[in-house]
Amino acid sequence: MLRTEKLSKYFGGNQAVNSVDFQINQGEITAIIGPNGAGKTTFFNLISGLHPPTSGKIFFEGEEVTNKRSYEMAKMGIARTFQTTKLFAGATVMENLMIGHRLRTKSGFWGAVIRSQRYRNEERACREKALQVLEFVGASALANRSVASISQEEQKRVAIALALSTDPKIVLLDEPAGGINADETSNLAELITKMKNAGLTICIIEHKMQMIMKLADRIMVLNQGIKIAEGTPDEISRNETVIEAYLGGGAHAQAH
Amino acid sequence: MDLFFQQIVNGLVLGSIYSLVALGITLIYGIMHLPNFAHGHLYMLGAYVTFFLITDYGLSYWPAILFAVAILVVIGMLLERLVFRPLHHAPHINSMIASIGVMLFIEAIARKMWGSDYRRLDSPYDGIIDLFGLNITEQRLLVIVSAVVLMIGLHLFLKRTVIGSTIEAMAQNREGAFLVGINANKVSLMTFAIASGLAAAAASLAAPINLVYPSMGAMVNLKAFVIIVLGGMGSIPGAVIGGYILGLAESISGTYINSEYKDLAAFVLLILILTVRPTGLFAKEAR
Amino acid sequence: MRFVPGSKWVVAALFFVALAIPLLTDNSYYLNMLIMVFIWSIAVSGMNIIAGYAGQLSLAHAGFFGIGAYTLGLLMVKAQMSFLVSLAVSVVLTGMVGAVVGMISLRLKGHYFAIFSLCMGVILSLVIEKWESLTEGVRGLLGIPVPKIGSVEFSTLTSQYYLILFFFVLAMFVNRQIIHSLVGRTFISIRNSEELAESLGIHAMKSKMLAFVYSTVLAGLAGALYAGYLRFLGPEIASIEHAFEMLLYLLVGGIGTLWGPVVGTALVMTLMQWLQSWQDYRMIIFGPILVLIVMFLPHGIMGAFAQLKKNQPSVLPDTTDDKNRGIERGVNDRRLAGGESDA
Repeated sequence: MLRTEKLSKYFGGNQAVNSVDFQINQGEITAIIGPNGAGKTTFFNLISGLHPPTSGKIFFEGEEVTNKRSYEMAKMGIARTFQTTKLFAGATVMENLMIGHRLRTKSGFWGAVIRSQRYRNEERACREKALQVLEFVGASALANRSVASISQEEQKRVAIALALSTDPKIVLLDEPAGGINADETSNLAELITKMKNAGLTICIIEHKMQMIMKLADRIMVLNQGIKIAEGTPDEISRNETVIEAYLGGGAHAQAH
Repeated sequence: MDLFFQQIVNGLVLGSIYSLVALGITLIYGIMHLPNFAHGHLYMLGAYVTFFLITDYGLSYWPAILFAVAILVVIGMLLERLVFRPLHHAPHINSMIASIGVMLFIEAIARKMWGSDYRRLDSPYDGIIDLFGLNITEQRLLVIVSAVVLMIGLHLFLKRTVIGSTIEAMAQNREGAFLVGINANKVSLMTFAIASGLAAAAASLAAPINLVYPSMGAMVNLKAFVIIVLGGMGSIPGAVIGGYILGLAESISGTYINSEYKDLAAFVLLILILTVRPTGLFAKEAR
Repeated sequence: MRFVPGSKWVVAALFFVALAIPLLTDNSYYLNMLIMVFIWSIAVSGMNIIAGYAGQLSLAHAGFFGIGAYTLGLLMVKAQMSFLVSLAVSVVLTGMVGAVVGMISLRLKGHYFAIFSLCMGVILSLVIEKWESLTEGVRGLLGIPVPKIGSVEFSTLTSQYYLILFFFVLAMFVNRQIIHSLVGRTFISIRNSEELAESLGIHAMKSKMLAFVYSTVLAGLAGALYAGYLRFLGPEIASIEHAFEMLLYLLVGGIGTLWGPVVGTALVMTLMQWLQSWQDYRMIIFGPILVLIVMFLPHGIMGAFAQLKKNQPSVLPDTTDDKNRGIERGVNDRRLAGGESDA
């Protein structure tokens, strides 16, 4: 569904992502794992159009989308979340969510000034969409709470709801379980499964291996910008290179 | 031809002053990510302090400069501590607006206390030197030489001392600096002190050439911003080179084009550059 | 979008008071003062749209005010065009200059945009001052004719008052409609995080352009009304000092709030009038006030007001009312570029 060909990104002399061939299959949960600084988030930034790649190509549903900007990617059906949720803390959950469906609306300045029929319909559609995705992520009760007053896990859910309100085909989740406890993590895993069952294609970056091994259909492992392995969770857990990259790095880190 | 070289000298004098002011702004920007719109007004304060130390308190030129630098260092540190440090974690628009507030305040104070008159400070070095057939006043030569000395001093400070290299490290990466245990607050305080001191030094050196008046800082300030955008915000070599480029460009265009539009030249240049390169001439690719 | 209960009535009441004022008093001092407040409020509310809602601090707005003012003045004086046509042309031309400036400057991020706009403001004021063959430079543009619409001449203070009140109300109405709409939310989402907004399919550049052009149109409209009211112009109206004053009005009233620009302009202009004999001390007082506001009251008076209202349990939103759903105000974070309030 989404495919990259020799995708690379350099920052100055640093190779953050180096010639990665990768594929996300429709209806699957694909995970990207790797040690810190492996280039996972940069890779997400490339396939979501936030940064232009230095070289290589990106295809979405057979069409080349290499240099499309992130707002264009979103319109085509690629939604994402960020490691830090970036929600607007000064507003309510509902206010944050209202904007998520904006890309499917057409009203502009004049429509808003005269409150045209179309504008009113579209505003209603945004509101309904927001309520619908809130219900989907199980956070309906939070609608009128201010973002600053809800928990970390709730913020993660709202961020996912926001991504869902764009009517995506693929959802890219950047560490959705970062900074939340074990119980909350398993609740979140349930939500992700629910998203998959609803027909969404999902790509996820995560450090929590247990969760990934259970959830993912396929896993890609990045290390220092290079793809070192790809396969099913079973294959990955037996892969020598992966074990070395992880344990080697881990042992090294612990020695300090 | 003589006129041309004369203008080169004038351009270097102007460039020296611009560079010193721009260095301060770029240091502060590098460390605190704050475009300090009040910096030109610190320069103006420096000029007044020098002026009064000499005319009212009878100090001679060099002690007056030293005192002016010391006083501005203290003022700069106070500003950092009272205004900009508390705003460090606020969105960037807040500290920008605060610096505008400081700017308005300083200019109003100067106007109130010292009036809007133009004042002239007589140079103790008003002799004329014959340099390779060029007539150059001692004071102008002094400005050029002192600026170079100050820049070399700053360079050595940043490269050779612990606190200096800390400042450099933090300009590169504030979060990283935190990790290796650098006291970020101390560094910003230092930076403000150095930047204000440089502004005061520039002002004292320039005072005998230019007139002293309350709005003298505003234009220098704007031009210093043009320079650091030109040279890349936060870049030290950029500020120095940009300062001399602008000084030379102004003095030459002022002679050969039209002095009415001299001030405009800098801004048009900036607009053109930002149109072509939205992050300045020498900026690194942003992540 | 929910109004703080009662504030709709406050606005309506104030509107009727504004309508009735010329009937109650013919004190030219007060009428003049109110007219100036209306004019500057329009310009400041433009600054608010781009700085307070879209999060891009523009210091070029005095320049756009100047463009609007001089366009109207020149068209009426030198081309003998009628008031309404001149007004329309001034507004459109300011918007067009705004579009060109915006196209260049809005690609710049954060600080670069502010610095660019500051330089742009200096350029605009220098051009107005130095282009003497067109603008008469520092001599000033004199003899702008009395505004006339059809056969109605706006020669008295009272008639000018109603003319300018009309445009003020119009501008505030459009502001309200925009701020409390998907369009306004789009602006806020960019202020909050351009990256997030773009990942949600929002074309940030396009939205910022809209916000910027609209904000310059408001500044141009204010300038044109100013020219038609005072009927002479000097280049100092476009000076950067005026941009700083506008920023002061905006901050005191409350950046990122609908009524902040009006409250701030009215309050600070009144204070400045009182302090007129203290002319020299003005900025000695207001400079530190600006600093204190960004430190302790980042949403100004209206922000503080909204916060107070919010803390009263009686105004918790009624979730059964679809119109009011989910709009509890949050201005509790210390962000300037954050929080939106209605009050």
